[in-house]
Amino acid sequence: MEQPVLADHPGGLARRRSSVWGKRLAPYLLSLPAGLWLLLLFVIPLFMMLSMSLKTCSPASGVCTMTWSWGELPHVVNLYHQQFVTSLEFAAIATLVDLVISYPIAYWIAFYGGRKKNFFLIMLLVPFFVSFVIRTLVWQFILSDNGFFIGFLQHHHIVSQNFHVLGTGAAVIAGLAYNYLPFTALPLYVALERIDRRVLDAAYDLYANRRTAFMKVIMPLSIPGVFAAFLLTFIPAFGDYVNQEILGGTANTMIGTVIQDLFLVTSDYAGGASLSIVLLLISLVGIWFYARVLGSRSIEEYL
Amino acid sequence: MRTFWGVRQGYIQSVTNRASEVDTASRDISSPTGGRRAIVQIQGVSKLFEDSAAVNNLSLDIYEGEFFSLLGPSGCGKTTTLRMLGGFEEPTTGRILLGGKDVTYLAPYHRDVNTVFQSYALFPHLNIFENVAFGLRRRHVSKDDVARRVSEILEIVDLPGFEKRRASQLSGGQQQRVALARALINEPTLLLLDEPMSALDAKLRHQMQIELKRIQTQVGITFLYVTHDQEEAMTMSDRLAVMRHGVIEGIGSPKDIYDSPTTEFVATFLGASNLLAGEVASSDATTTVVRVAGGTTVSLPTERLPKGLDGTSVKVGVRPEKISIVPSTSDVGARNTLRGRVLVSTFTGVGNQYIVELANDTRITVYAQNIGSDVAPRSGEEAILAWPVEHTFAVVPMEGASRDAESES
Repeated sequence: MEQPVLADHPGGLARRRSSVWGKRLAPYLLSLPAGLWLLLLFVIPLFMMLSMSLKTCSPASGVCTMTWSWGELPHVVNLYHQQFVTSLEFAAIATLVDLVISYPIAYWIAFYGGRKKNFFLIMLLVPFFVSFVIRTLVWQFILSDNGFFIGFLQHHHIVSQNFHVLGTGAAVIAGLAYNYLPFTALPLYVALERIDRRVLDAAYDLYANRRTAFMKVIMPLSIPGVFAAFLLTFIPAFGDYVNQEILGGTANTMIGTVIQDLFLVTSDYAGGASLSIVLLLISLVGIWFYARVLGSRSIEEYL
Repeated sequence: MRTFWGVRQGYIQSVTNRASEVDTASRDISSPTGGRRAIVQIQGVSKLFEDSAAVNNLSLDIYEGEFFSLLGPSGCGKTTTLRMLGGFEEPTTGRILLGGKDVTYLAPYHRDVNTVFQSYALFPHLNIFENVAFGLRRRHVSKDDVARRVSEILEIVDLPGFEKRRASQLSGGQQQRVALARALINEPTLLLLDEPMSALDAKLRHQMQIELKRIQTQVGITFLYVTHDQEEAMTMSDRLAVMRHGVIEGIGSPKDIYDSPTTEFVATFLGASNLLAGEVASSDATTTVVRVAGGTTVSLPTERLPKGLDGTSVKVGVRPEKISIVPSTSDVGARNTLRGRVLVSTFTGVGNQYIVELANDTRITVYAQNIGSDVAPRSGEEAILAWPVEHTFAVVPMEGASRDAESES
């Protein structure tokens, strides 16, 4: 049917056809690198982890065979529920501490930063250009029993001689709170920054004093930012193992440390994989809840 | 006072004790202004921003129940004046009295003033009911009263049943009504409106002007309306003030200010004016004669001479619609006449607009209504212009005044 056209303009049709194809393919071609990245580094490992959790491993030889044993999931939850509770507790307290510290900082930068807003934000972020592990090791140094901070307190008899922080839950919480602070401060800043100042004028105009205007207008308008900050801080803090490893003791192990030990020390790959799946599920529930309450659109805005 | 205006309906008559106190208080006052009480007194207020005066030694009284407009180009200080009345800016010098009470440094939330903001500034996290109820809630009005008053005010602004909607679900015109309702529900002593119609399209704006005037008449609250749109100001205002460079250049009813502008800026900013530079040739108790370029003389009532006249040079003015084109000078009587040649003649439907060039190259705009008058010269023809002496005004010539008006309006 297209024969006569082809005979007349052989090159023209071919070119037209290829440009149409190009147009259709462009989005796929452009998303190819990202797609490959997700496939290789997320989807495949995820399924490997899922299948790993269904295998049974011999502790002696380290060889795992697929047995489709779904029992591993409830088994590890049962076995390590104390560590889950500890992780939940530490992560929740650290996130709360971060929210309490970050809110005034973000508020101040957003409302009173003036032309130097970006400068203040950079100042907030500069410490975090240093490697995560090094920062945590410095905390070990600060909080060590005879270090300058605790040593100073002991020397002035503010605390007793056998007072120590390192190796306790408090040290882990301090480390977590410090390391994840920007993940709280930035979404809060974004949320506060975008509040229309004229709305604040309107609140004052309608007899709201500074306190009421904050409680009735600024606070509610910053809630999506608070939720985003909570998720962004809580989820990584929940699975964190570095802070516990460096600053914590043996008594209150977090789930991240357990997973690490299962993989690297006891070679219980099935157990480690199962715990990872549980961790992932808990995080997904958090995100799902956020999306339900505030809509998935607002997640994109803050992440 | 509010009953004096005689237009208030059920909504305001069900007002709180506060308003009835005002009623009794204001009835006792018998002033030469026919019982009018200055509800707002701005006394010598200046506002400096980094050494430049946005408002310069401004004094102004606004009477209870009136619709007052501040009109001027952007940067004339009208919005700064409004923000000082609202409590969002503090004057550098001067005093502001509201209902006789000094409020110069009072925070916005302690003033009996509410504002309709230019961008409406509705609360995005609250529905329409809570937006409108915001002020009443801050004043701890009982739940039943809040519900009743919100539905009443939404009725007045023609948005009944919108309580549950969000601001983002409303059109611009509807959002503006909500902003108006949110301010009016508090029955303030003074309502400030900061260019509330600038975001609306022309047709809606025209509807809202009529609507706003109706609402103001219905609730009887004093309105201070800030705008750069002279038509808007003239349509709605009882009185208006024209501002430029932080000072009031003219104040009065729209008719007074239009018919007898006192400065060149007012004459050109508010409507169109034909201005002719000249020298005062003679002046007696009733009539002043001004010799304009080309040797012709123009007469005007002496009372129309500007008060601050310094020396003899003035500009005499006449509005385009006051001029008629006459067949000959024989039957003009006691009118001012000018001779010229029609440069452009345009038919606009409701009338004809002519641009007539005088012998000395001055151009005069003439506007003739389409009522079948016999003289309708075409372009290039000679024309004799005539207008009554009492429709002539004079202003002090001012450097750069007409340029400002052209670039801003």
